[in-house]
Order: sequence, then structure tokens, then C-alpha cells
Amino acid sequence: MADIPEDILRRSAEARARAEGRPVEEVLAEMTGEAPAASSPAEPAPAGTEPAPAPAPAETAPAAPPVASGNGGIDVAALSVETGVPEAILLRATRARAKHDGLPDPTIAAPAGGGTAVATAPPPTTTAPAPAPAVPEGVRTQRLLTVVKAGAIQQVKSEPTDKVSVWPHLLAIEFVALLVILVVLTAVSIFVDAPLLEFANFNEQPNPSKAPWYFLGLQELLAYFDPMVAGVFIPTFGLIALMFIPYIDRNPSIRPSDRKLAIMIFTFFIVAAAILTIFGSFFRGPGFNFVFPWRDGIFFDDLLTILD
Amino acid sequence: MADGNGNGGLTGLLNDLSEQFRSSQVWTSIFRPGSPFRGGYSDSPRNRSYVVMNNVMYHLHPVKVKRHGVRLSYTLCLGGLSFFLFVVLTITGIFLMFYYRPTSPQAYLDIQALATDVAFGQFVRNMHRWGAHLMVLTVFLHMTRVFYHGAYKPPREFNWVVGVILLLLTLLLSFSGYLLPWDQLALWAFTVGSTMGSYAPVFGDSVSFALIGGVQISADTLLRWYVLHVLFLPFIIVLFMSVHFWRVRKDGGVSGPL
Ligand code: HEM
Repeated sequence: MADIPEDILRRSAEARARAEGRPVEEVLAEMTGEAPAASSPAEPAPAGTEPAPAPAPAETAPAAPPVASGNGGIDVAALSVETGVPEAILLRATRARAKHDGLPDPTIAAPAGGGTAVATAPPPTTTAPAPAPAVPEGVRTQRLLTVVKAGAIQQVKSEPTDKVSVWPHLLAIEFVALLVILVVLTAVSIFVDAPLLEFANFNEQPNPSKAPWYFLGLQELLAYFDPMVAGVFIPTFGLIALMFIPYIDRNPSIRPSDRKLAIMIFTFFIVAAAILTIFGSFFRGPGFNFVFPWRDGIFFDDLLTILD
Repeated sequence: MADGNGNGGLTGLLNDLSEQFRSSQVWTSIFRPGSPFRGGYSDSPRNRSYVVMNNVMYHLHPVKVKRHGVRLSYTLCLGGLSFFLFVVLTITGIFLMFYYRPTSPQAYLDIQALATDVAFGQFVRNMHRWGAHLMVLTVFLHMTRVFYHGAYKPPREFNWVVGVILLLLTLLLSFSGYLLPWDQLALWAFTVGSTMGSYAPVFGDSVSFALIGGVQISADTLLRWYVLHVLFLPFIIVLFMSVHFWRVRKDGGVSGPL
């Protein structure tokens, strides 16, 4: 204990004192081993499971190590010395396991009369602290050691978030989504055949010739602009602008009401792209001239095969 | 395990057998502790964590996610579906590779033969083609949903950039596949698309030469775009997808609710 820096000890004593509603000095003395512990051990009994194990009466305390007799009682103190795991943690683990298995608390001795229970946690007694436990051969103990400078302690304020297990909650949803899209794709593939026209013929260009549908917006632009503008500059700058969106839009809010301008601009381009694509797909016929699809027919091979 | 419910002997026997099988050494060596496929699985918080943490799933998902992140109405699963479609396209694409030779006129004949000579050939080809169209659509919609959620804002800026590259790669994958049937539709759609590249200032001719592997489209073009389509582009897109998924997690999972 002696080599814990003073201020850290003090801070932790203050925290504990605040939590337990006791004077700081008393807790501090107890922590430094200069005074006997207050009569109540820090470990409260799990509510409701036990008729409040009586705090270790002063008379029983010195009996070291405290013996938990009876049905499968576990000697936590001895175990602690043996394994080097802090006693309080062992105690909690043992109780939790017992609770899970539905057994009576094994850390509490149950005399035949069913009278007072004896808490096994020995109060930090006036006797010298137990010698450092000898680690038996082959047992690996692990410890976290750290030196924290007083100024380096950060207050981490992470708000508690509402989390759910990925299994089953997320995986189940993903699995269903996957099945749905697979069913849709399978159904379409059963009923609609992919197009295959005549063998490629370099000497016979179909009229009109159209790019794949996702490029038809660009092809539509070719009708208005110089090819260098429509074919190169617009797509190139479009892609670059798209990549730079996060660095241009510095507004930190994600609330739609705070981002009206950004949403307006983006929506404008999305709608424009959609209109150009629809136009290029359905309203362009031979010579890439304007047509009405309902009057002149559809010149869009991918779709034609679907309609056939 | 005893048949506690007093079910008929046969069900009990089958249950016993399956339990024994699922507890066998071979089986438990395949499915790590916590897997629901293992014998004696119980639905406990710890096992729920193990299902993800102890398995290959951990490469894709954390143990827990924010509750709103699993709301279907938030992501609409569009990113996940894009990825799933990519997997479907890979599987069907490998099937198609067994029957396809990227030479002229063999390519066209092979595609024709899929419909007549190969069991499920036409069906798999359909899946590959419609799946590709669908993937372009889901990737595009995924991008718009990310935008409207403002999910590209710090710390996710870079993942948006990776996303734009994924969009470009998706388009290129789809476009490169367009040429492969080597029919009139493929040839001329590809011609229209690739001539756009030739309008580039200064480098126009070189770009065009590189794209079509010569001064004009020929069987060499077919080979070139075949290799791009089945090898190069999938390889690159997988790299970028890995970064994309990694960053989704490192940036704190799916972005917060609006
Ligand atoms: C092959 C294409 C793509 C795949 C497979 C893919 C996959 C995914 C997946 C699975 C997620 C998790 C959340 C969700 O499902 O929405 C995600 C998130 C994200 N994606 Fe993509 N994506 C692709 C393309 C794109 C594109 C084109 C963009 C934008 C230009 C983009 C930007 C983002 C961003 C910023 C996130 C984080 C969203 C958030 O935190 O809410 N991705 N992506």
C-alpha cells in the first residue's frame, strides 16, 4: 500500500467516502491500513436473496481464515490467497454463479439452526496484511499495472447508448433482407431473359445506338453540349465534386432542418440526373432525336426485352 | 439429452442423435463456442456475444450495435444488399466463366449455347445480368440515403470518398460486362460509352487506344475488357469494400439518428 501516491489514495478515499456517506479521514485511515475497518463490510447482500447476512460480528472476525462450513461452502479468503484474485471479486463471482445455478449462496455458512449467517469477508483486520500470495507453478496471474499522473486523468463523458446484440437482432434482419432480394432476383430471372441480339457487326450500326441506361444521362447531355464538355468534363468534375462533398459541407448538424441548402443542391442534381436518364432512355429515338414513347415506340433495348 | 417433453420416441431419438452429432469433435471443431449450431446452445447474453465474437462474423459486425442502427427504416439495408448482390454476381459470374471464351466469334456462340446446351445456363445468365442492374441501383440509392442522413460528416468523410470510388467501380464493372456477349447491343452500347473517353483533351487518342486496345474495337477489346471484368475490377472493388466496411465500424458504426 505504501507505494501508492498520496494524492491518488486521497482521491479514491474521497470518492469512497462520498459513496458510503462516511467521513473522509476514516476511510483514508482504513485504506492505508492504519485503522480497523468500519463494522459494515463493503459488500452488501444481494437484495432479496438472503435475509441480510449479518455483518461480521467483532468476535468472529479474527478467526482467520474464516470457515464457511456446510453444503459446498467456498472458502473465498483462502481461495483469494491461493489465486491472487482479489477477495471481493471472488466473492461476487461465487455469488453470481450460485445465483445463476439457483443454489443457496455458498459463501455464507449455513449452520444447522439456520440462524445468523457469517459473512466470509474478513474485515481488513489489525493484523498485518497477508503476505503476497505465492503463485503456484503453472498458474498465470494477470494484473494491470499503470502509473497515472495526477494531471493526466481525463474525464470521459460517454453517454450511455442503447445497444442491442447483433445476434439475433441485426443478423435476423439482414438475413430476411437477403432472402427477399434473392427471391425477387430469382423471380425476375425465371421470367425475363437477358437480351441477346444478332452477332456483333461492325458495318451495321443500329439506329439509335444507346449506352447502358446508367450512362444515358450523359449521352443525353451529348445532345446539348460539346462532346468534350458532356463526355469528359461533366462526368469528371461530377465525380470529383461528389468526393469533396464532406469537405465542402462543413455544417456539423445532421438535422434536415439545419441542412436545407445542402439538401436542396443535392436533390437538384439527383433529380436532374434522373430526368436526363429517363429522357435519354425513353424520349430519344432514331438519330437520337426526340420522340414520344407512347406515340413512336420505345427505343431502349434493355427494356424492350422485358416488355417482349 | 433426454426427451423431456415426453414426445414420441422417434422425435426423441432424432433429437438425441442430432444433439450427439452437434457435440461431436468434428462438429465442435468447426463451430466455435457460442455458435448456435453447436450442441447445447442456449440463448444467453454471453452466447449472443459469442455468436459474433467467436466467429468469422466478427470481421463484419461488432457484438452490439446501437438500437437505431438495426432499424430497417434507417439504412434500408441498402449497403448490405449492395454487398450481397456483389456476392451473388461473383458466384453466378464464376459459373458463366466455365462456359465463356472471350474470342470472336466464340464469345457470342458461347452465350447462345448457355440458353440451349447448359443446364440452368440461361437462368444463371439472367441472374447475373439483372443482378448487375440491381446492384447499380442499390449502390446509387445507398449513396442518396447516406447523403440525406448527413452520414458523410466527420468522422465519416473519408468513407464517403471510398464510397464514391465504389460507385465508380460498380459502374465500370457493369459497363465492362456489357461488351462480353459480343452481340449488336453489346458492341454499339460499348462503342457509345467508350467514345466518350476519346473526347478527353490532349490525351483523347491515347485514352481511346488504351480503352479499346487498338485503334478500333476488335476481338482484342473483348479480351481486354474480359480480363478487367473478371479479374482486375473485382479485385479492386473487394479491396475498397474491405476499407469501406472497416471504416464503418471504426467510425463508430452506422451514424446516429437524425
Ligand atoms: C459497392 C458499393 C457499396 C457497398 C457494398 C457499400 C456498403 C456499405 C455498408 C454495408 C454500409 C453500412 C450501413 C448501410 O448498410 O447503410 C455502408 C455505409 C456507408 N457507406 Fe457504403 N457501400 C457502397 C457504396 C457507397 C457509396 C457509393 C457511398 C457514397 C458515395 C457510400 C458511403 C457510405 C457511408 C458514408 C457510410 C456510413 C453510413 C453511416 O454511418 O450511416 N457507400 N456502406
